[in-house]
Amino acid sequence: MNVIQELEKEEADRLLALRKVPDFQPGDTVRVNVKIKEGDRERVQAYEGVCIARSGGGLQENFTVRKISFGEGVERVFPIMSPMIESIEVKRRGVVRRAKLYYLRDRRGKSARIAERAMSSRGADSSED
Amino acid sequence: MRTGVIAKKLGMTRFFDEAGVHVPVTVLSLDGCQVTAHRTKDKDGYVALQLGAGAKKAKNTSKAERGHFAKALVEPKRHLVEFRVSEDNLIDVGAEFTADHFVPGQAVDVSGLTVGKGFQGGMKRWNFGGLRATHGVSLSHRSLGSTGNRQDPGRTFKGKKMAGHLGQENVTTLNLTVFRVDVERGLILIKGAVPGTEGTYVKIRDAVKRAAPADLPKPGAFKTAGAAPAAAEVEAPAAEVPEAEGEA
Repeated sequence: MNVIQELEKEEADRLLALRKVPDFQPGDTVRVNVKIKEGDRERVQAYEGVCIARSGGGLQENFTVRKISFGEGVERVFPIMSPMIESIEVKRRGVVRRAKLYYLRDRRGKSARIAERAMSSRGADSSED
Repeated sequence: MRTGVIAKKLGMTRFFDEAGVHVPVTVLSLDGCQVTAHRTKDKDGYVALQLGAGAKKAKNTSKAERGHFAKALVEPKRHLVEFRVSEDNLIDVGAEFTADHFVPGQAVDVSGLTVGKGFQGGMKRWNFGGLRATHGVSLSHRSLGSTGNRQDPGRTFKGKKMAGHLGQENVTTLNLTVFRVDVERGLILIKGAVPGTEGTYVKIRDAVKRAAPADLPKPGAFKTAGAAPAAAEVEAPAAEVPEAEGEA
């Protein structure tokens, strides 16, 4: 492991100790609680949608969450380790056959649905609430 | 004026700062940066420190250089550089710099040899606009355009920006911020990019255009000797040379 990988791992371990990241994958519906600074006050805003992609690895990993807001498709990319995220909750697990669900962008309504996955398969212990 | 140091560019990564914002960071390693010689007013007419960094095999070092390193009781170094200092900031020969020579948050200047780009046109080299994509322009969409006037002056002025070799030149990036220092591993993390490829040696000094923070270590942060006996053993074959010089 080179020095830069070591530094990244240490930083990732430090951030993971502050906040656990639940096990989730593309197709899952997640609720991301984002910290928002307003002047000197801080509050938490929830952003809920389908995770359509995870990219990168380690400290550099991101995930994309898509939702339909007031009839308009909205996508937000979050760094997984970001200190701006207060917590991530997995609301629903979906059955999908791709790692990147970009085809959802062309779909609306019924055809954009994702079937629910039985929770027994993997990561059932983490973040069920 | 305090001395700077030589460091090896290891590469870039990014970290989050306290506000949760990504900070791009260049990782520089001190790589055994030691003082190898002094330049003094009496002998050389100016005051400076000669620093060396990076390991070099003794067999690839010329006899003259081996003698020079043996005199300083340091291992042969790959890269040698001088830093002008004021007389009260001279550091003993053989002292090895530690990363806390710089403090987080301070401004530094970093010099290095930039990545070579080869022969490049005016658009890349000087940010020229090129010609139009349509409206009758043929085969010269990326050309310079005009290089001068008419019969008067009848020539192209010297220094006109044209196509030519780009990169592989010494560049100093001013006023970069030190993000973090790691004394154990000898790492200096600097916000933003520094000139050069990964593996290149760069010079770091206190910023000349910013006031230095008050808590800077003076004349510098370093550890003396300790490793010196080990270095002396390696130098054993060449060790007689400096002694003879000392007597003469």
